[in-house]
Amino acid sequence: MSAHDHTDHSHAHGGAAHGSFRGYLIGFILSVILTAIPFWLVMSGAIDNKQATAIVIMAFAVVQIVVHMVFFLHMNTASEGGWSMLALIFTLILVVIVLTGSLWVMYHLNANMMPGLHDMREMP
Amino acid sequence: MASTATMAGTEPVFHLEEEHAHAEGSSTMLGFWLYLMSDCLIFAMLFAAYGVLGGNYAAGPAPKDLFDLDLVAVNTTMLLLSSITYGFAMLTMDKGRVAATQAWLAVTGLFGLAFLSIELYEFAHMIHEGATPQRSAFLSSFFTLVGTHGLHVTFGIVWMVTLMTQVARFGLTEANRRRLMCLSMFWHFLDVVWIGVFTFVYLMGMLR
Repeated sequence: MSAHDHTDHSHAHGGAAHGSFRGYLIGFILSVILTAIPFWLVMSGAIDNKQATAIVIMAFAVVQIVVHMVFFLHMNTASEGGWSMLALIFTLILVVIVLTGSLWVMYHLNANMMPGLHDMREMP
Repeated sequence: MASTATMAGTEPVFHLEEEHAHAEGSSTMLGFWLYLMSDCLIFAMLFAAYGVLGGNYAAGPAPKDLFDLDLVAVNTTMLLLSSITYGFAMLTMDKGRVAATQAWLAVTGLFGLAFLSIELYEFAHMIHEGATPQRSAFLSSFFTLVGTHGLHVTFGIVWMVTLMTQVARFGLTEANRRRLMCLSMFWHFLDVVWIGVFTFVYLMGMLR
């Protein structure tokens, strides 16, 4: 194992680190568990409340994305002198703005348009 | 004339006059990561479009009528398995074992093909039932989002075959290792996007 780690490090400075067999296996087992539970929750309807189920499976998705980032994409604060982490954080901020912004604006637009449409139909 | 020439000669320089040495390909991984981040933004836009339009069925079929979660579960398994087999390809590449690397790449490609076949079967089934992209805003945004991911997987497989040919001809050279590492990031990134797809589109669609 130690000899194995050594070969990893000799390549690590040239580009991204490659991880180890143990790392890939841990990542795989974690993501299988984190995939199976949301599928089971939805398929069996274990939680009665749909909104609660939605929040739980979203939480599982976030955790699984982090697991993939760490164990498969080998993200850490040190790779590429921190620049890939900086690019990731910047992208995540943009993604959050795009998603929440779009959903928020369009939801309210929809909510405000509906009565208007209704009124129009009642007009002579 | 002479004075302008000396002026030009003594003009101050505000940049490094000599590029300091960069090893070939030393910045490729960061550049490829930046590409992946831009790809991530494309998917964010498509997710936002699906989030906004996903409830507009236009009196057509809803997710509950169309999605088969068993099939999606099998599909997800295929992609997860392909992720770890690519990881094994990278580990054997580190040890310089050409044949084993090729074998793991082939296995990864086959899992990718299985994923694509199941997805195409699902699409064909939906279209056969009249749930075409033109049917409703929900289906337009669904096919755009899931189709874009499928297109990425398709190109990933094409890239994998290309690299397997490269490795077969030239072996695990420094350049080929770098290319395989880029494809590794691409492949694992597609898996990350799929986590979003099966959670937001399929699982949450069934909850609606």
